[in-house]
Amino acid sequence: MDLSYTNEQNLIRDSVQRFARDSYPFDARRRLGETSEGFSRGTWKTFAELGWLGVALPEAYGGSGGSAVDVMILMEAFGRALVVEPYFTAAVLGGTALLLGGSEAQKRSLLPRLAAGELLPTLAFAEPQSRFDLGDVQTTARQDGAGFVIDGAKSVVFHAVSADIVIVPARTSGERRDEHGISLFLVEGDAAGLTRRDYPTVDGHRASELKFENVRVGGDALLGARDAALPLIETVVDHGTSAVCAEAVGIMAALYEATLEHLKTREQFGQPIGRFQVLQHRMVDIFAMCEQARSMALMAALTVGGPDPTARRKAVSAAKNYIGRAGRFVSQQAVQLHGAMGMTDELIIGHYFKRLTMIDTLFGNADHHLERFGRL
Amino acid sequence: MDLTFNRDEQAFRGEVRRFVAERLPADVKHKVENGLRLEKDDYLRWQKALYEKGWAAPGWPVEHGGPGWTPVQGYIFEQECALGDAPAVMPFGLNMVGPVIIEFGSEAQKARFLPRILSSEDWWCQGYSEPGAGSDLASLKMSAVRAGDHYAVNGAKTWTTLAQYADMIFCLVRTSASGKKQEGISFLLIDMKSPGVTVRPIVTFDGGQEINEVFFEDVEVPAENLVGEEGKGWTYAKFLLGHERVGIAQVARSKRQVERLKKIAAAEFKDGRPLADDPNFRAKISTVEIDLLALEHMELRILSDETAGQAPGPESSLLKIRGTEIQQEITELLVEAVGYYAAPYQPAFLRDGANDEPVGPGYAPALAPTYFNWRKASIYGGSNEIQKNIIAKAVLGL
Repeated sequence: MDLSYTNEQNLIRDSVQRFARDSYPFDARRRLGETSEGFSRGTWKTFAELGWLGVALPEAYGGSGGSAVDVMILMEAFGRALVVEPYFTAAVLGGTALLLGGSEAQKRSLLPRLAAGELLPTLAFAEPQSRFDLGDVQTTARQDGAGFVIDGAKSVVFHAVSADIVIVPARTSGERRDEHGISLFLVEGDAAGLTRRDYPTVDGHRASELKFENVRVGGDALLGARDAALPLIETVVDHGTSAVCAEAVGIMAALYEATLEHLKTREQFGQPIGRFQVLQHRMVDIFAMCEQARSMALMAALTVGGPDPTARRKAVSAAKNYIGRAGRFVSQQAVQLHGAMGMTDELIIGHYFKRLTMIDTLFGNADHHLERFGRL
Repeated sequence: MDLTFNRDEQAFRGEVRRFVAERLPADVKHKVENGLRLEKDDYLRWQKALYEKGWAAPGWPVEHGGPGWTPVQGYIFEQECALGDAPAVMPFGLNMVGPVIIEFGSEAQKARFLPRILSSEDWWCQGYSEPGAGSDLASLKMSAVRAGDHYAVNGAKTWTTLAQYADMIFCLVRTSASGKKQEGISFLLIDMKSPGVTVRPIVTFDGGQEINEVFFEDVEVPAENLVGEEGKGWTYAKFLLGHERVGIAQVARSKRQVERLKKIAAAEFKDGRPLADDPNFRAKISTVEIDLLALEHMELRILSDETAGQAPGPESSLLKIRGTEIQQEITELLVEAVGYYAAPYQPAFLRDGANDEPVGPGYAPALAPTYFNWRKASIYGGSNEIQKNIIAKAVLGL
């Protein structure tokens, strides 16, 4: 057993931490919220140049042959900086789906472009009625000659406004919640019959409602096996979940540090408020949760890419459940201990709070993963 | 002992219920019911309706325009207003400075301010917290120096709720720097239109704008605006805090929110079935309902003591702690209930009057912002940590 980073991983960590500290000021992030895409294409290009977009892709497809641990290192720093670039959408969900589901031809044509920052995919994993059930798919894909015709709706598709390719689960057979009968399709972002309603999310990202009306795709748009995509979707989403767990760990660590600093410097009743025992113990609880959350994110990252699907599911759901609960406690207490200052839009605290709230929802909240863990 | 209201009280409840149903403007009701943002005029229209009925100030003595209700009637009134989705009364004039003026103010102050509070002609705000004085309120620094027939006031107040609407502000100011810090504090009424007063809005992280900083630069305040005696401001503030805690439990409002939560859970799906049928989620709703019952009956016991002539003691801090914790818990469950549709940020739908349909179900847009905004509840009015200190000291004798 060895839980220390390799030299390469230490290099990535240094470079991403430097980036987060020096090149991603909160004010600039705030201004990105005013733009239509909600993120900076220049920053995206930097991510590509630094090798981050392809960090977990094999070298044969333009990547650097890393693992989910490398993704974890990046996501943790992205969490601390509240990065709004679509890394988990495009690189993690898109990259994993293409890598694990793609034919050799699809991989050769798409993955190098993704790694180079020239192709931005997203995964439409939710429908208006589906909540967190990945197998609840009403969108249909009907065979039409060599191709397919897609009809239906997808909800809260992250960064669809910027997506060149939307990866769409659609039903090629079976009933609404059947596990069998779901297939994945690569749909061009500007395909005829695909309409979007774009909006910002409460945590400063971008998402869209998508409507598919007679959207025609070729036979080569099928990603992975027909009718049998659910296990692939689940694996991809587990990778996404592991990544956002790491993002949450970065946020919680930043909240922990800011709150600790506040307790040491804010004076009331003639002394730093950190001298009050009730706040000391609260701070220790925050510290303990941050440490355990970090441990859980590491466990998930080390397991998610492994060969055993049950082990993968258990590790990811355990991590997501713990981090959902810890994230709620840490964000609420960070605001509470900052007092009214913590309520302001000016401080970063509230923005961390909002992102942690949405990370809990993303890919299923703490309750969802508690139940999933219990079923395994 | 009897847990039910007597016949007169039940008749009174019917009367209030009918009044709310008839006189509460439909658009205001809609906003309150759906957690949308209220404008100044929304509060005022309801307050004027209450004023015309003679019900504007339930807690005031009859001679100053109070309705002469028993504590139980006051409780029923609060409850029915909340259940009927009336806006919460802005407390600053009617429940805070009003009672202080009645108890400690001069006859001239009573004659000048009370009628205008009663009729909502003046909107008041509360000048307590300062950048350096939050939980440790007594360390406040804003100074008022007596110069002939006026005070020269300098300093800043912060987190001032709805100061942007206010005509008047009541402030705790420092009139003396010597001796015990509590003894140098005075209670001053200041016209917001005085030269030298500036209001700077503070945006909260839910995107709302209800709090402000208020700056005072060489503001001249007539000496006749001092309430009671110089140096007694802390005593008046403590009297006021006792009033602030009454009604802070907000049981009836939380009950309405639980009803709303149940409706939403019935409309949402989980694994293809209504979320309301999910045992886990149902258990969460039931737990908050049971907590609410515990709070309600604690409040009723305090009310019963009050009816017997016993003023509410420091144990009413429990109402603030549990009331706000339950309110916050409900806002969390509402966010959980809608799943991904908590995510879209649609500020236009937080006010009424958006022409479009929102993304996702119509009940969703206000839920996440309300959860974010409601974190304030365990901070304002004396943080819940401070409330626990009060209980530990004043009730438990620790």
